Amino acid sequence: MQEIVIKTNKLTKKFGKFIAANEITFDVYAGEIFGFLGANGAGKTTAMRMLCGLSTPTSGTANIAGFNIYKETEKIKKNIGYMSQKFSLYEDLTTLENIKFFGGIYGLSNKQIKDKSDELIELLGLAKEAKKLVGTLPLGWKQKLAFSVAIIHEPKIVFLDEPTGGVDPVTRRQFWDLIYSASDKGITVFVTTHYMDEAEYCNRISMMVDGEMKALDTPTNLKQQYSAASMDDVFFELARGAKRKAD
Amino acid sequence: MNQFFTFVRKEFYHVFRDGKTMLMLFGMPIAQILLFGFALTNEVKNTKIVICDYANDISSQQIINKIEISNNFEIQKIILSHKQIEDAFKEGNIKIVIVFPANFINDLLQFNTAQIQIIADASDPNTATTLTNYVSSIIAIYQQGLIKNTTIPYQIIPEIRMMYNPELKGVTNFVPGVMALVLMLVCVLMTSVSIVREKERGTMEVLLVSPFNPFLVIISKAVPYFLLSLVNLSVILLLSVLLLEMPLNGSILLLYVESSILILTALSLGLLISNVTDSQQSAMLISLMGMLLPTMIFTGFMFPIENMPLPLQIISNVVPSRWYYIIVKSIMIKGLGFGAIWKETLILSGMTVFLLVVSFKKFKIRLE
Repeated sequence: MQEIVIKTNKLTKKFGKFIAANEITFDVYAGEIFGFLGANGAGKTTAMRMLCGLSTPTSGTANIAGFNIYKETEKIKKNIGYMSQKFSLYEDLTTLENIKFFGGIYGLSNKQIKDKSDELIELLGLAKEAKKLVGTLPLGWKQKLAFSVAIIHEPKIVFLDEPTGGVDPVTRRQFWDLIYSASDKGITVFVTTHYMDEAEYCNRISMMVDGEMKALDTPTNLKQQYSAASMDDVFFELARGAKRKAD
Repeated sequence: MNQFFTFVRKEFYHVFRDGKTMLMLFGMPIAQILLFGFALTNEVKNTKIVICDYANDISSQQIINKIEISNNFEIQKIILSHKQIEDAFKEGNIKIVIVFPANFINDLLQFNTAQIQIIADASDPNTATTLTNYVSSIIAIYQQGLIKNTTIPYQIIPEIRMMYNPELKGVTNFVPGVMALVLMLVCVLMTSVSIVREKERGTMEVLLVSPFNPFLVIISKAVPYFLLSLVNLSVILLLSVLLLEMPLNGSILLLYVESSILILTALSLGLLISNVTDSQQSAMLISLMGMLLPTMIFTGFMFPIENMPLPLQIISNVVPSRWYYIIVKSIMIKGLGFGAIWKETLILSGMTVFLLVVSFKKFKIRLE
């Protein structure tokens, strides 16, 4: 039996009468790449924010890295990394300053920050750009840097909210190489995406429709189950019944 | 602690790398001080005065000489008809005309009364009043000189002393007001915008997910702006003392302590604004609209609060800069110590604590 790092039970979030996430129950295993799919407005971001402690659930329970989502948010925060849609770096800081800042925020020692920045700059091939403002870098590089910064403190789980929006397939592929190497190090990756080719890269994927989790399995099994040729078809099959309008 | 310094350093990078912020932080105070100090003064300097001297005798000459040495006027002596005087006013070149009638000295010596006509352009009533007051007082002084030679049974000579500001300089009024205005504006604007910017760019989410304490986020945001505001305050003080000859009679330390309280008030107001807005533009708009007008009107440096209708006087009590203004004037001009301003200090501190508590409570550590 694999170690479970995310365990939710009937996790629900309501905004007034609107149920953004309805009784979501699932497990995520240590070290896996867990794809979290769904159309716009299906409730992906809401669910992810609850898991990160950014938003308090209306009802239901969840354990993240073994800690209770209501009571132990501080401990959860030490064990997770997060990268938002708006790839969250400071554009008016240089590459190096961003790395140092987030290293500092995550409580790394000066020595650790120094080693990590050298390692990241080397890994991402950003030696020439180390002292350039992040605002001047191409989007793909910013995203790779943002991901590396999100796991600078070597968390158990990293949450990625549509990390590859707006970049070309080649850059996306490079980004996924980073995700794989993080996964190889034992970091669990929880990723939301719109791109069905990316869904194929995940170990398991779940599909959100109208705030509910409609499917959860490996890409291969899902394709078999819906007798579809590709993940695109599976997505259409499931999302067809959606009543909510995409926003 | 390490985390804290990392954050503070980052805030300084933001400030120093953004030209607009720097301009607002240091350009605005300097511009304000210079504007209020030199341009927006209600003193009269170098006003053009036309003298129609129909008399041209010793007496009129003596009065003209007195006007000349007062340094407030630029004298132009021409004989103009009444029609010409009116035309000159219409053109707007002159503000005041003095007419000495013919036989001025004769009337004075023979009948003991002589008339001088003073005509002022009252389309700007304040300037007109000030100008005529200047001229009347010069004439009054001349008259007193004449009286000495005669004997009049009863005589009351008022001896006027203008306390704390004998030269009646407008600077003493404006500088404390500008200090209050600048500190309020800059601090409120800077904090609200800098916090909202994190929300707008999505970095706030990352900060909230990180183990960094959300309240430390606020404090580390406030520290740089607090320090920069103190630098700002020093710049204003230096400019006003050296350039505008503003007196600084009281304790500088006390002035800094009191200013720190106002800065804290402003910082917590900025924080409060950042809680209710999500875009930098609206934060900027609320800060400017919400701070500029009330501060200008209710601080008391432009319009005396005592002359306002009662409801407005009551409203003015909740404007922090009003109390700060009283404090600054007491310290800088009157040279008073803490004993004289403890009440104002208490009120200001109360406001600060109240605002801090409210804004800390309102600060959302979760996104909804």
